[in-house]
Amino acid sequence: MLEFIQQLINGLSLGAIYALIALGYTMVYGIIMLINFAHGDIMMVGAYVGFFSISILGSNIIVAMIFAMATCAILGVVIEKVAYKPLRNSTRIAALITAIGVSLFLEYVVLYFLTAQQRVYPDSAFPLHKYHIAGLVISNKDIFIIVSAIILMIILQYIIKRTKTGKAMRAVSLDRDAAVLMGISVDKTVSVTFAIGSALAAAAGVMIGLYYNTINPLMGIIPGLKAFIAAVLGGIGLVPGAMVGGFVMGVLETLVSGYGSSMYRDAVAYGVLILILLIKPTGLFGKNTGEKV
Amino acid sequence: MEDKKSKRGKFLLEVIVLAALFILVQYLITTGLLNRYYQINLTLVVINIILAVSLNLINGFTGQLSLGHAGFMAIGAFGSVIISTLLGYPFILGIIVAMLAAAMAGFIIGVPTLRLKGDYLAIATLGFGEIIRVVLQNIDYIGGPAGISGISKMTTWPVLFISLMVTMVVIVNMINSSYGRAIIAVREDEIAAEIMGVNTTKYKVLAFVVGAAFAGLAGALYAHYFYIIKPETFGFLKSFDILVMVVLGGLGSTTGAVIAAIFITVLNAFLQEYAAVRMIIYATILIIVMIYRPQGLLGNKELSYKILKKIWSGKNASSTNK
Amino acid sequence: MPHLQINNLCKAFGGLSAVLNFDFYINKGELVGLIGPNGAGKTTVFNLITGVYKPDQGNIYLNGEDITGMPPYDICKKGIARTFQNIRLFNDLSVLDNVKISLHIYVPYSLATAFLRLPVFFKGEDEITQQAIKFLEIFGLDKKKDEKASNLPYGEQRRLEIARALATRPSLLILDEPAAGMNPNETKELMELINWIRSEFDLSILLIEHDMSLVMGVCERIYVLDYGQIIAEGIPEEIRNNKQVIEAYLGEEVD
Repeated sequence: MLEFIQQLINGLSLGAIYALIALGYTMVYGIIMLINFAHGDIMMVGAYVGFFSISILGSNIIVAMIFAMATCAILGVVIEKVAYKPLRNSTRIAALITAIGVSLFLEYVVLYFLTAQQRVYPDSAFPLHKYHIAGLVISNKDIFIIVSAIILMIILQYIIKRTKTGKAMRAVSLDRDAAVLMGISVDKTVSVTFAIGSALAAAAGVMIGLYYNTINPLMGIIPGLKAFIAAVLGGIGLVPGAMVGGFVMGVLETLVSGYGSSMYRDAVAYGVLILILLIKPTGLFGKNTGEKV
Repeated sequence: MEDKKSKRGKFLLEVIVLAALFILVQYLITTGLLNRYYQINLTLVVINIILAVSLNLINGFTGQLSLGHAGFMAIGAFGSVIISTLLGYPFILGIIVAMLAAAMAGFIIGVPTLRLKGDYLAIATLGFGEIIRVVLQNIDYIGGPAGISGISKMTTWPVLFISLMVTMVVIVNMINSSYGRAIIAVREDEIAAEIMGVNTTKYKVLAFVVGAAFAGLAGALYAHYFYIIKPETFGFLKSFDILVMVVLGGLGSTTGAVIAAIFITVLNAFLQEYAAVRMIIYATILIIVMIYRPQGLLGNKELSYKILKKIWSGKNASSTNK
Repeated sequence: MPHLQINNLCKAFGGLSAVLNFDFYINKGELVGLIGPNGAGKTTVFNLITGVYKPDQGNIYLNGEDITGMPPYDICKKGIARTFQNIRLFNDLSVLDNVKISLHIYVPYSLATAFLRLPVFFKGEDEITQQAIKFLEIFGLDKKKDEKASNLPYGEQRRLEIARALATRPSLLILDEPAAGMNPNETKELMELINWIRSEFDLSILLIEHDMSLVMGVCERIYVLDYGQIIAEGIPEEIRNNKQVIEAYLGEEVD
C-alpha cells in the first residue's frame, strides 16, 4: 500500500508537467480548432532557453523559468501569425499539415544549430534533496514542480475567469462570429491564447530539464503526444479537462512502469487514446453536441 | 457513337503509351543505362505512387482523415517477409498475404474508428498506426526493433509495373462507378448520403480496407527491394510523408496524387545531399505550399486530356503569333 | 391501413422536449401539410421519420411495418425520401451525379464487375445515366446536367433536391420547405409540379411549409405543431379559422 502511494506521489510531478503542456493544446484547440502539433516542440525550446539561462547567464531556476516562458510566449505568437493565421479560413487538414510542418521545422532547426548532443541541466541550479516523511520519499524537485504547476494553473484560472482577456478567450472559443460582433478582436485573443499556452509549455520544459536532467532537440515529441492524449482524455478544448487529464496520464504512466514493464510504458498512452476515443471521444468532461440537421 | 469510338481510341492510345514506357524502362535497366541510383529512385517513385493513390482513396475521395497509413504498409511488409523469407514460400504468395493481412487490419481498425468524426478519427488512426509499430517492435519472431534482414530482392521492374497498373486500374475503376459516387457522396454530405440510401459506414470501411490493402502491397514491394525492414521505418513520419503527397497533389485527385508522389520522391532524392538541412527545407516548402495553395496542385480535379490540350495549344499559339 | 402511421412520438434534447405525443397518419396518395411557428419541431419530426434521430418513445409504421429506429439508408430503401430545409446537395458533384447517387440503391452491377469493366458495367452505367437525365428533364435541369451543383441558382438547387429525392423511387415523399425563398410565380409553378409528380409517380406527399398560399392551396389535410405538440388537425378551412392556430402564429387577441 505504501508502495502504491509512493508511486502516486512519483506520478504527480510527471502529471503536473503533462497537465501544463496539455493546457496549451486544449486552449489552442478550443479557440481555433487546431491540433497544434508543434506544441511539444515549443516545450523543447523552453527547456533549451532555460538551460542556456542557467548555464550561460547563471540565473537561478525561477528566473530561468520566467525567461523561458517569456521567450516561448513570443515564439508561440510569432508561429501563429506566420503559419496558422493565413490558414484560419482554410481546411482543417491544411492547418494540421502546417502544424506538423512547423513541428518538424523547430526540431530540425534546433538539431542543426545545437546538434543532437544532449545538454545536461547542472545540478547546481537545483541541488537535489530528498525528504523522508512517514516512510515515503519525496524530493525538493517534486515539491517545486508540483507547487509551481499549481500556482501557474491558479493564475491561469484567474485569467480565464476574472479578466476581460479571459472572457474574450471563452467567447471566441464558443462562437467566433458572435464574439466579433461584440467587438472582440479575434486576432488579439488568439495571440494571447498562444502566448499563454506556449508559456506554460516552456515552464513544463524547464521542469523536465530539472527532473530528468538531459534535454535534446527531439525531446518534445513523445511528451507532447502524451500531453495531447491527456487533453483528449479530459476533453479537448476544456481547461479543467487538461488539468485532470494531465495528472491522470502522469500517474497512470508511473504506475505502469513501476508495476508493469517499462517497455509498454509508451504503448499505454496509445491504449488510453484508443479507449477514450471509442468509449467517450468527447473526453471525461466533454459534452455530446450533435450536428443540427 | 462518336463518343464511344473516341473513348476506345483514347484507351488504345493509353495502352500503347504504357506498353512503350514499360519496354523503354526495361531496356534501360537490362542494358545498364539506368544506373543503381536511378533504379532505386524509380522503385521509390512507384511505391510512393501506390501509397499516395491508396491513401487518396481514403482521405481524398471518402473524406476520412487517416493518419496511420504507414501502419498498413508495415503489416504488408512484415507479412510478406514472414511468408517469403522466414517460411520460404514464393514471393507472389507473400504479396497476396500482405494485401489480405493489411486489408484485415484495415477492417478491424476501420469498423470502430470510422464511427468517429473529423479530428477524432484522425488522432485515432494516428494512435493505431503507432500501436502497430510498437507491437511489431516487441515481437521477437520478426526481430523486434532490429527487424528482419536478408530479404531477397524480388521486386523487379515488371513486378513494380504490374503492381502499379493493378493499383491504378482497381482504384480508378472503383471511383468511376456507382460505388465511387457513393463514396464521394459520403465525403460531400454524410447525412444527405444516408438519406439517399447510402450506408455510409459500409462505404467508409470499404474505402479504408481497399486503401489499406494497397498500402500492404507497397509494403511488400518495399521489403523485397531494400533488403531490410525495421518497425521504426513505418512510423508516424512515414504516414506523414504519404499524407503530404496526397495533400500536395490535391485531395480527391488521383492524377494529382501521382504527380505529387513523383515530385516528392525526386525532391527527397535531391535533398539527400544536403542531409543536415533537408528536413528544414522540406518543412519550409510544406508550410509555404499550405499557406499559398492549400488545395494542392489539382484540387479535386483530374488532369485530363482537355487540360493537356489547353496547355499544348497555348504553347503553339504563342509560338505562331508574330 | 394508412400509408404512414405515427403513434405517440416523443423526442427530447437535453432537458428540452422537441416533440411530444405526436400522433399522425397519412393515407396512400394524400397530400398532407405540417405547419407551425419557427422552432415548433417540424423538421425534428422529419428527422425522426427518416431515421436521422431515434425517438425516445413512440412508433412509426410504414404500410404497417414498424420502421422506428431504422437507419436512414434502410428507410430510404423502404420507400421514404426527403428534401432538406437548408439545401444539402453534393456541392462539388455535377447536377447529373447528384441524381445518379440516388440511383445507387438500384445499382445493376457488382463492385467486382466495376473493377473488371465487364459489359454489365457499361450497360448499367448507361441505364443509370439515362434514368438520371429523365428525372432532370422533369424539373427542367437536364440542360445543366454537367454543371457543379453549387453553381446553380437557388431556385434550381431546390428543384434539384426534389429531383434527387424522387430518383430514389419513393412511395412517400417528404418535402421540407420546398418553396423557401421563391417568389409567388415560382411558388405557383412548384405547386403544379408537386401535384403533377404526385399523380405521375403515385406518391403520398408530406410537406412542411410557411407559405400559406401553397399550404392552403395544395394540402388536403393539415397538422399544426406548436412547441412540439399538435394543436390542430383538419382540412384547410378548419385550420384557417382555428383560434389556437391563429394565436400560435400571431399571439393572443388583445381585448
